[in-house]
Amino acid sequence: MTRIPLAVTTAAALFAFAVPASAATIFVSNEKDNTVTVIDSDTMKTIDTIKVDRRPRGIILSPDFKELFVAAGDGDTMDVIDTNTLKITRHLDSGPDPELMAIDPTGKTIYIANEDDSLVTIMDVKTGDVLAEVPVGVEPEGMVVSPDNKYTVATSESTSMAHVIDNAQRKLIANVLVDSRPREAKFTKDGKELWVSSEVGGTISVIDPKTWKVVQTIGFEVPGVRPEQLQPVGMDFARDGKILFVALGPANRVAVIDTATKKVLKYILVGQRPWHGELGPDGKKYYVANGLTNDLTVIDVDTLKAEKSVPVGRLPWGVAIMPGKPGAVADKS
Amino acid sequence: MNLSITRSTAGTFVRTAVLFLAVALLAGSATAEPTDESTAQTAPPAQSTDTGAASDTAAPAAPNAAPASPEATHPGATPGSIAPSAEEKIKATIPIYYLGKKYDEPLPLSVVEPIITDKGIQGARLAIEDANRVAPFTGYKYNLVEDIIPKKGDIVAKAKEILAKGNAFIVADLEPDDLIAVADLPEAKNSVLLNIRSSAEKLRQEDCRQNVFHIIPDYAMRADALGQYLIWKKWPRWFVLRGDTKGDKDYLAQVERTAKRYGGKIVKESVYPFPPGARNLTSGYQQVQGQIPQATESAPDHDVLWVIDTNDDFGDYLMYRTYSPRPVVGTQGLKAEAWDPAYTESGANRIHSDFKKKVKRAMTERDYTGWLGVRTVTDSVMRSGKTMPPDVKGFMLSKDFNLEGYKRIALNFRPWDHQMRQPIILGGTRVPVSTSPQEGFLHQTYTTDTLGYDKPETKCKFK
Repeated sequence: MTRIPLAVTTAAALFAFAVPASAATIFVSNEKDNTVTVIDSDTMKTIDTIKVDRRPRGIILSPDFKELFVAAGDGDTMDVIDTNTLKITRHLDSGPDPELMAIDPTGKTIYIANEDDSLVTIMDVKTGDVLAEVPVGVEPEGMVVSPDNKYTVATSESTSMAHVIDNAQRKLIANVLVDSRPREAKFTKDGKELWVSSEVGGTISVIDPKTWKVVQTIGFEVPGVRPEQLQPVGMDFARDGKILFVALGPANRVAVIDTATKKVLKYILVGQRPWHGELGPDGKKYYVANGLTNDLTVIDVDTLKAEKSVPVGRLPWGVAIMPGKPGAVADKS
Repeated sequence: MNLSITRSTAGTFVRTAVLFLAVALLAGSATAEPTDESTAQTAPPAQSTDTGAASDTAAPAAPNAAPASPEATHPGATPGSIAPSAEEKIKATIPIYYLGKKYDEPLPLSVVEPIITDKGIQGARLAIEDANRVAPFTGYKYNLVEDIIPKKGDIVAKAKEILAKGNAFIVADLEPDDLIAVADLPEAKNSVLLNIRSSAEKLRQEDCRQNVFHIIPDYAMRADALGQYLIWKKWPRWFVLRGDTKGDKDYLAQVERTAKRYGGKIVKESVYPFPPGARNLTSGYQQVQGQIPQATESAPDHDVLWVIDTNDDFGDYLMYRTYSPRPVVGTQGLKAEAWDPAYTESGANRIHSDFKKKVKRAMTERDYTGWLGVRTVTDSVMRSGKTMPPDVKGFMLSKDFNLEGYKRIALNFRPWDHQMRQPIILGGTRVPVSTSPQEGFLHQTYTTDTLGYDKPETKCKFK
């Protein structure tokens, strides 16, 4: 499975010394191209394109940034890429049609949503052993582990629920009905709220993890944009936890929400069909993948302005970012 | 409440039970607590749900009718203890009737297309399976009661038999006359009938009924969906070549309406002159090759040939054989449909793949409307907590009804004629071409209301 040309490592080495140590590396999964684009955050230039299995969507890094996990839905597998060499080193037998996944804070356990089987697969990251399979609602998608590692939440797109798994018991403890087609789930930094985006329902449900009940629903409104186009998908809290970025898909905007007041502060125009994003390691920039314009938009977190967009592969889906550069930083330090 | 159960539904329960048992065992071994009470609870009582006592015995331990609420099961911080189960007690087992008739259906013109005799019902079965799979989370189970009678059977008698048990949810795989006959039964007044089969315009207009909901798009929506695309393409001149059945005339009237609404021009409209014949002739093509140019040569300049052939008698013969080289749209060629086996947008891959695994064939439009009809009921019950047809009907017509159906946006019903609003796929090709409404066709409330009859135009007056 290592179809990476020799030039890749050479290219990485070439770029390595030309870049300051503060640089970060951005990985973007391209659903249509079956590739992952690797971008240098300083130059915003593509430094590599990694060929992966078919239909890559969910993309996350291990907590130590040494491995990159890419869920390849049509390949029925999860590619694991060494972030130092940018080569696929192994595969996790994710079960059929993996879409999104989450790794617990210890880096030991990965939770994978198997869209076709209505299951969450709980797996040992190192060995790839399946620890448990938890049946959830139809078409599971979003996955998140709570900051205290007690719970994992999976959203089921067809059933419209957030399913809460107790991580110690590996069992469901709650099922929370939200608006239609829930996509992503994120805990606030303090773990006191769980936010779930509902794409077709057009809302974010705020859930209290003490009761697992929806306590508030956040809607969207943009003059001149039809309500049905305001569809929240990917969500990320800023590093300080005070604001949330949410990609609004067909509305071609990223909304910024005040975490405390739950009010929308701003709608930032980006490329077409923004889907998922990620913050840079220093938290100063937010990067969002635009599925229909095949690019990645950089948003400044302080000014909340879109700064630039750079081309990536076709149908970019998700973003993962690690501090430092492939090879270089690790090798030098 | 009728609790008879079909073979396929029973199979689902058993499989679900096995699945849950397996998981319960896994979880049990992981926590080294084999005598876990909630383990037993995890497995739905496969046997008892098959009996009339099911819904009563399923929740005997519950002190009141309310389900175990999630916070009650919140484990708090008791390390080492077994987390209580998150499963809902089954609050109700609800029958959904599938009422159909073995009508004669035209054979497909192409031998490549399989002859399918179970369109619709297979989609309904999948929706029931989906709903029952999550019954431990929602608290509601469903029985699909399959009542598909022979061609010469008495549909009214069958409907009376169903309605004798009370108000019912009926997925109607029926032609217009049968549908109206059932809907007009006095005992059907407070039932919910879901039309998954007929596109006939009169069912949404002068023959609309307050107890009938239309899951399948009508001819007006189909004609508008294609018309919008043709106008967007700047192909406004249409040559209509049609059959002469009831369905063909119905569709024709809607194409004429679309032309008026959206600035299309029907340059000529004529009836296909050759009578339908046997299909799949070994040497029929020579004749057809000569006939089609004859049938199409007299039309003035046009951009597309709009074929109306609801019986599938000749439409496919037109492509590549017309006098002028023009694309074919309508009932063949580029078609306007609620569903297409090749449509993969908005997560549709999931349901194609589930359907194929289960049924071993592609999901047709009627399978989709059957699925969507059942889902209309199960989603409404889950969200409203209501189980009786009149209450569920109220929810279906409320602002809270926003159904997810792999069409990108939420689906709901037009209050003036009970037609389901939905984007329409332009497909029939190996890869679908587009989905309407098209960009630029605007509406003050729902862009999907640019397809079909809007409120000011409706002729429907519910009795």
